[in-house]
Amino acid sequence: MTQNLLLAIVLAPLLGAIIAGLFGRQVGRIGAHSATIAGVGISCALSIYVLYLLVWGGASAYNENVYTWFQVGDYSAHVGFMVDRLTAMMMVVVTFVALLVHVYTIGYMAEDPGYQRFFAYISLFTFAMLMLVMSNNFLQLFFGWEAVGLVSYLLIGFWYKKPSAIFANLKAFVVNRVGDFGFLLGIACVMFYFGTLDYAEVFASLHLVEGRTMALFGGDREFLVVSVICLLLFVGAMGKSAQVPLHVWLPDSMEGPTPISALIHAATMVTAGIYMVARMSPLFEMSEFALSFILLIGATTALFTGLIGMVQNDIKRVIAYSTLSQLGYMTVALGASAYSAAVFHLMTHAFFKALLFLGAGSVIIAMHHEQDMRRMGGLRKLMPITWITMVIGTLALVGTPFFSGFYSKDAIIEAVKYADRPFATYAYWCVLLGAFVTAFYSFRLLYLTFHGQARYRIDDSHGHGDGHAHPPGVLAHKPHESPWVVTLPLVLLAIPSVIIGYVTVGPMLFGDWFGDAIHVAAANDTLARVGEHFQGAAAFALHGFVTPVFWLVVAGFALATLMYLYRPHLAASARRIFAPVVTLLENKYYIDDLYQAVFMRGSVLLGRGLWRGIDDALIDNGLVNGSARLIGRISGRVRRIQTGYLYHYAFAMIVGLIVLLAIVLRAAG
Amino acid sequence: MSTWPLLSLLIWLPILGGFAVLAAGPRLSRPLALAISLLVLLVSVPLYLAYDAGATGAATMQFVESHVWIDAINASYALGADGISVALIVLTAFVTVLVIVGAWGSISHRPHQYLAAFLILEGFMIGVFCALDALLFYVFFEGMLIPMFLIIGLWGGPNRVYATLKFFLYTFLGSVLMLIGLVYLYLQAGTFDLATLAQTPLSLSAQSWLFFAFLIAFAVKVPMFPVHTWLPDAHVEAPTGGSVILAAIMLKIGGYGFLRFSLPITPDAGHEWAWLVIAMSLIAIVYISFVALVQKDMKKLIAYSSIAHMGFVTLGIFVAFALLRENGNENATYLGLSGAMVQMISHGFVSGAMFTCVGVLYDRMHSRMIVDYGGVANVMPWFAAFMVLFAMANTGLPGTSGFVGEFMVILATFQYNGWLAALAATTLILAAAYTLWLVKRVLYGEVANDNVAALTDINAREAFVLGSFAFAVLLFGVWPAPLTTLMDNSVAQIAQLLLHSKLP
Repeated sequence: MTQNLLLAIVLAPLLGAIIAGLFGRQVGRIGAHSATIAGVGISCALSIYVLYLLVWGGASAYNENVYTWFQVGDYSAHVGFMVDRLTAMMMVVVTFVALLVHVYTIGYMAEDPGYQRFFAYISLFTFAMLMLVMSNNFLQLFFGWEAVGLVSYLLIGFWYKKPSAIFANLKAFVVNRVGDFGFLLGIACVMFYFGTLDYAEVFASLHLVEGRTMALFGGDREFLVVSVICLLLFVGAMGKSAQVPLHVWLPDSMEGPTPISALIHAATMVTAGIYMVARMSPLFEMSEFALSFILLIGATTALFTGLIGMVQNDIKRVIAYSTLSQLGYMTVALGASAYSAAVFHLMTHAFFKALLFLGAGSVIIAMHHEQDMRRMGGLRKLMPITWITMVIGTLALVGTPFFSGFYSKDAIIEAVKYADRPFATYAYWCVLLGAFVTAFYSFRLLYLTFHGQARYRIDDSHGHGDGHAHPPGVLAHKPHESPWVVTLPLVLLAIPSVIIGYVTVGPMLFGDWFGDAIHVAAANDTLARVGEHFQGAAAFALHGFVTPVFWLVVAGFALATLMYLYRPHLAASARRIFAPVVTLLENKYYIDDLYQAVFMRGSVLLGRGLWRGIDDALIDNGLVNGSARLIGRISGRVRRIQTGYLYHYAFAMIVGLIVLLAIVLRAAG
Repeated sequence: MSTWPLLSLLIWLPILGGFAVLAAGPRLSRPLALAISLLVLLVSVPLYLAYDAGATGAATMQFVESHVWIDAINASYALGADGISVALIVLTAFVTVLVIVGAWGSISHRPHQYLAAFLILEGFMIGVFCALDALLFYVFFEGMLIPMFLIIGLWGGPNRVYATLKFFLYTFLGSVLMLIGLVYLYLQAGTFDLATLAQTPLSLSAQSWLFFAFLIAFAVKVPMFPVHTWLPDAHVEAPTGGSVILAAIMLKIGGYGFLRFSLPITPDAGHEWAWLVIAMSLIAIVYISFVALVQKDMKKLIAYSSIAHMGFVTLGIFVAFALLRENGNENATYLGLSGAMVQMISHGFVSGAMFTCVGVLYDRMHSRMIVDYGGVANVMPWFAAFMVLFAMANTGLPGTSGFVGEFMVILATFQYNGWLAALAATTLILAAAYTLWLVKRVLYGEVANDNVAALTDINAREAFVLGSFAFAVLLFGVWPAPLTTLMDNSVAQIAQLLLHSKLP
């Protein structure tokens, strides 16, 4: 592995982004998508090569600096790469999904005037995400962290005329910044106690914080330094990976075009927090307190956001809440010290969730940008490829044995069962019930979209053209299957969604595949306890049929089938019977409203109060204008001054200067 | 090159050039002013190249010139530049060129006088950054206010008289106190030589009086809460170029003054009162950010944002100072001081660019009110791209220069006190909120009205100005090392000065 190879992986997408972004008009649409796809393609091929080198080629982990970012005293910060198997796996996942999303975009954005701009953004995203995962230090991690946030901001607001989109992107950025606030302080704390921002140096000097405490709130109460560091870093992860209570931005991010929902808000960016914690496993393993907190947050996210998904009608929002819930599962795994399981679920989830989003996008194109599932139905026959691939994605998501999602999710649930720390029991019940919830909302989505009767009307009397808008539920012509650039990525994502778990579960979860990249203290090693019963992927899957998880999934499936396929009126009565609960869920537990009232309105009121009360009234009217009036009264020339002879001021100053100089001279004389 | 009096050249070339422009009349003034400002920039290049950043100790002060000026009071015309001065001088030369290019199309009323004012101002500002004699410093410090008064007072908005009066009152207060302080110092030391003044023993009470005199003088310039209210009014009334220079360079003189003036002369009082300045800085960062959030006028919003960002400069300087005195933590001290200096340079680019953006809009719409805009990105896509970039730099996004200084100052502050660092770090949230809310209301959304619909995108001249700012913002964001290397030994030298007590 050489530096040039790694630089090529990172810079190829950046180059593509620059070509499409700055020279979009010159290179045209074809030029823009060719350049960016070539860039990401190169990046993907080389990433696979790097993975090959590390896994089969006998290469050892790479860790070198590229250049010095700053050097002040003994402190320095660098840009550099650390590539081990964990990194390589992330690189392949990121570039593979990014490549497919690029291809898909050709079809999805075909009619959009911002075509080139969109390609520039998603390539820029790929660059930023690679910088994040390949970093060998906290500074570059933070760079990538914020840069993906920037591109996410730009892409959520891609359709910048839409009020909801530009509200959502501002919200996403600011909420993420709340997380980054903690993250940056965590980095500052690392710098303080380790004197470096370099991962390898930090991990090599963990003894510096071993048992060390700090008096956080003054007084006698001492806190473990490492717990403070881990909690602060995790606050960053809560923002980026949308964990309760910083989850509010992710559902709104669905205002962005669907390809980026798949790439950024499902497969890659939102998993950056999970990746970061796994990368920092040597630190987190030292803090029982932080891990318990992570367990609590993850479990809450896994169950309670999934519940909201049960009542959503917008096809993308269902998948968005599903993503929140699955991120919660990953976080739970982190909290149970099953870092490999978290990263493993990250990988399988990247494939099947990208698949589900892209499938939803295919439906949305067919429905002429209708996203409400209540106006869909019966699309199965019209869009067979989309339907089949989405069924596969759904089976993977709910954790059907032998599908990829089964291996990762089951491993997490099993690992939590063995976890022995505060909130472990709570977490176990959350992820267990979550399995039922996941099955329910997933099949509900499938049935409402693809099965049953069509709940839309075809009205082609107007003919074609963009000039008129159809009322909701009326389409200009019949939905049809999407072009190959859209369906091919679906098929290519469906393959790993089925098999990747079966193939990799042995080495990744129960073998030593990650090597030194992930560190688990022996006492915390829940996965090893799960692995004691592991006798191959097939046996694991067969065992899956007799676990309570499986029967909860079957129950969720059965209930959804009954309510949305066979007895649709049951759904309506359920809504009536559980009206208070449904209202609570539809209003997202009123958390968004609370934030709006307290933080947004509160900040504006506070700002106005400070401005009018202190700046205007106290300082300006009281002190400044008061003195001005005083001077005016004394000199009696206030009118002259205020008629604005500016030269008088200037002249007065020069005179004053000379007079003062004279005084000095005299004093010296 | 070293035989040339580069610093004198950099001071007097623009001043004399300014008079030449004045004499040349309106027609010839534009190319002449541009040529002079480019020449100054050109002369600043060998200054940067010839500066030996590897020198340590007193040798960090280079290009020294010294001539007798007023023999009777032992005042000398003494100039010299260390890494910090060099950085600020190059920044001044760079921004002045962009201001003159920017004024090309937007100032038609007596352009020769306008451009001459900027050139003379440039000379004075460079003089402030390299004066080694306190009296000379004071003359430049006062002198530069005159062209700025004229710029605001003659080419300013409708309420310019009020703004200028306020500006005058504030700065006058600061200047008087500073002059009294200087006279006192002269009576003690018998010289105005800054290096000697830094060695003169002073009692704690004398130092405290001096410290407050200088604090008020420089706090007004920065500006710091509670002496900041002149800045929003001055910006609102100033023409674009005036705002750019005010934000990009003149505010820096406050930060520079603390570092070069108050702290070396009154280190023990500085130690005593560091908590106060740290508190004022944090108020600037948090309080002013909330005030910025509710502004309705784009220029006011950016002016308040400037105050908040300058809070990092004073925070960095005084936290570093406290760390040095209390913990002897030299590395963190360097980090804080360097961070403050990087923040000054970066803020020069970012605020200059933000005010230029507002100027571009103002030239077309003659309104600074946010409500008059909306959906500008639809009709001015290139402008929108630039403004989003600068807005992101304003929110301290890594990869832009706006991040570097804040990052370093927050890291240093954490070593002093974690809670103070947490207060400072709220800028991540608050700056994002007020800046991106501005972007949302101005750039995004449907085209708001017919005036917006009639807007045309930036022309080549504006693209050059914004592009130059963008280049600097990205260059130092991706690679700040040249900047920190340039200033590293100078920062260490200042830290050495601050380490020693001056109590008799």
